[in-house]
Amino acid sequence: MIQFQNVTKRFGEFTAIDDLTIGIYEKEFFALLGPSGCGKTTMMRMLAGFESPTEGAIYLAGQDMAPVPPNKRATNMMFQSYALFPHLSIWENIAFGLKREAMPKHDIRDRVDEMLRLTRLEKFASRKPHQISGGQRQRVALARSLAKHPKLLLLDEPLGALDKKLRQDTQFELMDIQEKTGTTFVIVTHDQEEAMTVASRVAVMDHGKIIQVSTPDRIYETPNSVYVADFIGEVNIIDGVATPNGPESYALTWQDGQAPLNVTSPHTFSDGQKAHLAIRPEKVTINAEKPTGVDNLVQGKILDIAYLGNISTYHVELPSGAVIKAQSANTRRISRRAFTWEDTVWLSWTATAGVLLAE
Amino acid sequence: MMRRFFLISVPYVWLLALFLVPFVIVLKISLSDVELARPPYTPHFDWATGVWAFLSELDFENFTWLAEDDLYWKAYLSSFKIALISTLLTLLVGYPMAYAMARAPSEWRATLMMLVILPFWTSFLIRVYAWMGILSNEGFLNQFLMWTGVISEPLTILNTNTAVYIGIVYTYLPFMILPIYAALERLDESLIEAAEDLGCSRLSAFWLVTIPLSKTGIIAGSFLVFIPVLGEFVIPSLLGGSDTLMIGKVLWEEFFSNRDWPVASAVAVVLLLLLIIPIVLFQRNQQKQQEAEQ
Repeated sequence: MIQFQNVTKRFGEFTAIDDLTIGIYEKEFFALLGPSGCGKTTMMRMLAGFESPTEGAIYLAGQDMAPVPPNKRATNMMFQSYALFPHLSIWENIAFGLKREAMPKHDIRDRVDEMLRLTRLEKFASRKPHQISGGQRQRVALARSLAKHPKLLLLDEPLGALDKKLRQDTQFELMDIQEKTGTTFVIVTHDQEEAMTVASRVAVMDHGKIIQVSTPDRIYETPNSVYVADFIGEVNIIDGVATPNGPESYALTWQDGQAPLNVTSPHTFSDGQKAHLAIRPEKVTINAEKPTGVDNLVQGKILDIAYLGNISTYHVELPSGAVIKAQSANTRRISRRAFTWEDTVWLSWTATAGVLLAE
Repeated sequence: MMRRFFLISVPYVWLLALFLVPFVIVLKISLSDVELARPPYTPHFDWATGVWAFLSELDFENFTWLAEDDLYWKAYLSSFKIALISTLLTLLVGYPMAYAMARAPSEWRATLMMLVILPFWTSFLIRVYAWMGILSNEGFLNQFLMWTGVISEPLTILNTNTAVYIGIVYTYLPFMILPIYAALERLDESLIEAAEDLGCSRLSAFWLVTIPLSKTGIIAGSFLVFIPVLGEFVIPSLLGGSDTLMIGKVLWEEFFSNRDWPVASAVAVVLLLLLIIPIVLFQRNQQKQQEAEQ
């Protein structure tokens, strides 16, 4: 539905968006994820019409958007600061966009009441924005941007100002509303958990480029670069040299005195090519006794334990000095844990657990 | 407790000494009769005859006189009209300037603010005299217009109401600009973007968002101009003509040309009573604004 075609945006010397081509589908919940300053907000502002591309074109339903001003676009935006009109009541805020169209009064009333119901704000209709809480304001902003039936809803860090618990609830609400209304949502966020929770597809951005676009599970399980692997969640990166040792199978020579690691990869690596093995801590098993029949096995000493309640992350130092993180669920009480600081443990993982990435 | 009492008492003593006491004196003179003497009114307070004898000699004769002679209420009405029109003119000139200042790059704003305040560095009287030089028949404006060939005969601007309006707008512009600028500068840019995003054109976003959100600034600025202009004396007497009727001028003439202090004082008292209404409204606006900010 939306097509970015070789879009470049420069602010003076600074290139915010660098030759970007990407498509967003209809009824999709699409997340733009990246650190601050990566260009994700610029992309969204170009979609809303507040910025125009320096080069390239943006198509919405096949139509070039460049000459269309923001007020003529079938897109609505939910602002990071919510941008609620302080001089208008909640009801008038939601009705604001509808009143701009020549819509009959009773239709406006019906639509506003419907939005109030959807966002569970009926009780607050006559209040002013400064008389309600942050979470309620956020829902008003959402209701206001949805009221005009936009083809595309843009959400700029919508949940940034909320505390964690409220944020999680709201994420599910957002998904619910997206499903109910069937609107295409594009969300900008720097919070990877948020992007993974709500989005059907995630684009990871860095320095004005999109590094990877995929579903959340594929982004997590099969990142296409060290940058993506590192940005999303926790990861161990092991540098080494790959040698083919079977169909789609490689031996990674990584440290002197350690046995090569066995890795399977659908991508081909030439003999002696430098490679990185990215492996998630929860896919590394930690044992006090030496396990048998595993693909990869290393021994080390526990350096640190991060206790998170439901899980613990162990930082295990290998004899060479490298540190590998392993995660395990705390299925037993902490007092009955088999290992603690300074204990020697065995780490093991399967050949398919990690992803082999090129330089 | 002592400390707080002291802190509060300072402004009250100030107000009492510099506002209330002079006002009571003026009120007393307005109730007196004119007399060829120094000071030119009677009665004077005398300890020997006592307070009651003194009070019994005061009357409302001067106020009746004000009501009977149509010069006075015409002057009040004309002042009111001039103050109203010049407030509107100042708003029309000042709002775009305040808007441009608030939208200017932030490194420019201090300089622009400086330029607005700069005229205060010169005496107000000198600046009004300068306008006489500009607006007179042989003044800079006429010379310039004749030189460019726009007009062949000099325009008569000085000593007309037009000159009074020019003078008032020029003098009171900073009082209009500063409160509006303060309101506009606080305005969140994303509100305008939100309005446009919801289907407003630039113009309707301005009407529906910018104007309502700068309303307190507009009201404050309008009162700051209206209230002093109502009693303005220097500008109409220097720039205005014989037909420019303003109560400030009438007041001055009663005091200094007629030496009728009691009538002049009565004029002043009525003017003050008339001003109380806009001042109260102004105060209420300020209070509302403070409440909205909390």
